[in-house]
Amino acid sequence: MNSRIIPIMRKEFIHIRRDPRTLTFMFLIPVIQLVLLGYAATTDIEHLSTAVLDYDRTPASRELIDAYRVSNYFDINYYIDDEEELTRLVDGGRVRAGMIIPAGYSRSLDRTHKAEVAFIIDGSDPNVARTAFSAAQGVGQAQSVELIQEILGIDPEEQPGIEVRPRVWYNPEMRSANFMIPGVIAMILQLLTTFITGAAIVREREQGTIEQLIVTPIRSFELVLGKVIPYVGIAFFDLSAVLIVGVFWFGMPIHGSVPLLLALALLSLLTSLGLGLLISTVAHSQMEAMLLTFLTLMPSIFLSGFLFPIEAMPLALQAISYIIPLRYLLIIVRGIILKGVGLRLLTEQVIAMAIFGAAILTLASLRFKKSLE
Amino acid sequence: MAIIETENLTKRFKKVTAVDRLNLTIERGEIFGLVGPDGAGKTTTFRLLTAIMNPTEGRATVAGYDTVKEPEEIKKLIGYMPQRFSLYGDLSVMENLHFFADIFEVRGTEREERIRTLLHFSRLEEFQGRRADHLSGGMQKKLALACTLVHKPQILFLDEPTTGVDPISRREFWDILSNLHLEGVTLLVSTPYMDEAERCSRVGLMFEGKMIVCDEPEKVKGLVRGEVIELRPQPLPKAWEIIEGWEGALDVQVYGGLLHVFVEDGERGMRQLETLLASHGVTVEGMHQIRPRMEEAFVSLIRREQEDAAL
Amino acid sequence: MTGEKPRLNDYAVQAVELTKKFDNFTAVDHIHFTIERGEIFGFLGPNGAGKTTTIRMLLGLLRPTEGEATVLGYDIVTQSEEIKKRIGYMSQRFTLYQDLTVSENLDFYGRTYGVRGKELAQRKEFMIDMAGLKGHEKELTKNLAGGWKQRLALGTAILHEPEMLFLDEPTAGVDPISRQAFWNFLYRLAEEGTTIFVTTHYMDEAEHCHNLAFIHNGRIIAQGTPQSIKEKHMKGEVLEIDCQRADVALAALRELSHFEEVALYGSLIHLVAQGVEGYEPLIEETLRQKGAGLRSMDLIAPSLEDVFISSIKEQSNLRGDLP
Repeated sequence: MNSRIIPIMRKEFIHIRRDPRTLTFMFLIPVIQLVLLGYAATTDIEHLSTAVLDYDRTPASRELIDAYRVSNYFDINYYIDDEEELTRLVDGGRVRAGMIIPAGYSRSLDRTHKAEVAFIIDGSDPNVARTAFSAAQGVGQAQSVELIQEILGIDPEEQPGIEVRPRVWYNPEMRSANFMIPGVIAMILQLLTTFITGAAIVREREQGTIEQLIVTPIRSFELVLGKVIPYVGIAFFDLSAVLIVGVFWFGMPIHGSVPLLLALALLSLLTSLGLGLLISTVAHSQMEAMLLTFLTLMPSIFLSGFLFPIEAMPLALQAISYIIPLRYLLIIVRGIILKGVGLRLLTEQVIAMAIFGAAILTLASLRFKKSLE
Repeated sequence: MAIIETENLTKRFKKVTAVDRLNLTIERGEIFGLVGPDGAGKTTTFRLLTAIMNPTEGRATVAGYDTVKEPEEIKKLIGYMPQRFSLYGDLSVMENLHFFADIFEVRGTEREERIRTLLHFSRLEEFQGRRADHLSGGMQKKLALACTLVHKPQILFLDEPTTGVDPISRREFWDILSNLHLEGVTLLVSTPYMDEAERCSRVGLMFEGKMIVCDEPEKVKGLVRGEVIELRPQPLPKAWEIIEGWEGALDVQVYGGLLHVFVEDGERGMRQLETLLASHGVTVEGMHQIRPRMEEAFVSLIRREQEDAAL
Repeated sequence: MTGEKPRLNDYAVQAVELTKKFDNFTAVDHIHFTIERGEIFGFLGPNGAGKTTTIRMLLGLLRPTEGEATVLGYDIVTQSEEIKKRIGYMSQRFTLYQDLTVSENLDFYGRTYGVRGKELAQRKEFMIDMAGLKGHEKELTKNLAGGWKQRLALGTAILHEPEMLFLDEPTAGVDPISRQAFWNFLYRLAEEGTTIFVTTHYMDEAEHCHNLAFIHNGRIIAQGTPQSIKEKHMKGEVLEIDCQRADVALAALRELSHFEEVALYGSLIHLVAQGVEGYEPLIEETLRQKGAGLRSMDLIAPSLEDVFISSIKEQSNLRGDLP
């Protein structure tokens, strides 16, 4: 029964072996993607370049500047002499924040226990601005508390009040890499497989070899499985490579079960294979197959929660996100890797993936048969 | 019993009717040649008969199986070589053969033996390890043929198998086909080479989706009206113009520096032509009557059809 | 002497010891030939014999490893730009843009050669008329039938009125009617003075060339007019045999292995041997025994195909590598 799948697979492996460039790309792309997203696309905001305009120049003003410097959020790169220079630095993008300490800061503090400092933030990137804003306030409040304790002569240990102690689960250091790597894994499973499947079948059409294959007793499913299994193998190899780089290079912990992860990854491949197959029935050339894959790539990246939280999206887009398979896969992969959850808590997503897979694959097989015309 | 039979077989695409109510019967053991101008519907006919495409109307049976209802049964019995070179260029000769043997589930010692025979008769033994896209055009065609023969098909469909192939390879290729024919394989071949059409047991001439003539080569050639005179005039364009205007000429065809003139009576025609051309100062070399070949028949029959269509 | 640079001679093509080696493979091996202006020169040979490589060298697309050549009097290495202005080329693969219309393709190629405005419009009209494409100017190229595409390709190659045309297998896979129309077109061009260099696998087309060269394994093995080649290179005479069962007769005659060559031409058998008439009784007897139904047997003048095959077989035997 399956005897005809094996020769197709063997042939596909020869194609892959004879074309080492594509093979290299298939391995390099995910790793490059991972490194880029792990480092560059990090949303951790620290070490913002900052300028200080200190009109006061007293030990008190220097103490305040020091408090900002040691907070790790701000790197004091410029000590400047007038406000115009600050404007220039912000406009030129050299600094993201600037602090102006007025003359008489120290005197006012001594006399009235009150003083004002101006803090300027470049708001063009709202993410950065928000972090800078709260960090600037936080440092200021901490300084105020110290001041109050000093004035009232309170021992910090006995200070009354409510202390909130936030604890971050799963990713205590809140490192972006830990969040990104599972995302990259999900992307590889979905998009790389979709593209490769589409292109591999379109290639037979481009070369005209499909005509010869159709007149053999081979069945559509044998042809499709035979062509696709080698690439599934490669997708799994990529997946392992990314996991290894993630764990050993970025120090990402895997809390859940690896076998479960692999099993559900296999389930998700039904969808991407089906999608690739569907693309192959529409595309006339490998180029078209690539463009069509890109078309599915865009909504997948933006609406699946890969980069932006779904809860923060407008309702209409949230609704659309339900028909994006990557959404479910991301929950599964992040859940298993970061939270260590088991099958029981992922039931909803697993069922969704299964339904997607079955539906797309059925549709694709129906169309695939017809497209041989 | 007929091995291929069609009944009003029709295939319509958006704009054109590629195959138009085709009724064709091919007996077991025939070499049937399909000829016709570009776009006459030959390739579509092949695709309908090999059950790759479903007809819009009508039906066809191959080896008794219906092409729409039982395509899988047909695929086991036939070999098909499409017009475009369709082997895997990055696979070697041997890898291509093994691949098709596996697809057709030819296994074990039978597979090895079969491949050895095919390599031998296609004279590709020395090139087993060579990648298919590094073979010459003629060798590629032979390899494609070998691949379609790996499961010993009863019926072989060959769509312009020798296009772009040099005369030596073309001759070798047809020798292989003749051997297959002697072994009892039924062959359906399309070709732009009229000398190849003459080697067929019957020839079908297609034009705009219709089969306009279907008979033995001798009889097809017999359909040419009149007798044919070959001459080498100097200068040719002037001679051509004069003869076109002469009421005694049924048809004039140019073959390079030669003119073929169709007349009712060869002997009389030659005498008339001689005087006619001499009076216009045209010199003539080697005028003689020739037996019409398939080539003349083809051109003449298609022209007649085109003229009828224009009326 | 026209043009910016002096012409070296008056030949359309002169090749001396022209050679091209790729790694360890010699595609063209010290070939020698001249083509007179205004002639149709046929360049014949099996697939992979070196035809396309020779054309590419003459066009300045490949640099020869050894030897030299001139095209229209210009050196192919140092003056290839002069050559490119004056020639037209139609490669094996139609170099037409499939998604452009007939008219757009002609426009494009005309403009690349600097033909513009009224002149372009005039020549286009002439070309469309000559190629029999009137009424199809607005059609997409991919929708044209093969024979039409090929005439359009020729049209684009001659739009700039080149002095010389290079055609690499222009009629491969084209039906007989289109082939006739195509050759009529070539004849008219030749009469107007265009030199034509053409490769083909159709031996009847070769008969219509003024001069021929056979190339095999990178070497020219015969050249001259079709008539002189037939006289010089045919080993033995040709007997044409007409039988009821040509296939049976073919097998039987081959078994005898007395003959240089036994082959089918259409429905007829061509048998080649020295002193072939002496074999007639033997042949008759053999065919009678096998029941092949002999109808007639005539000594005929060899066709170019007979000669082509005979001379290539002879070369292969000398080198011990039968194709």
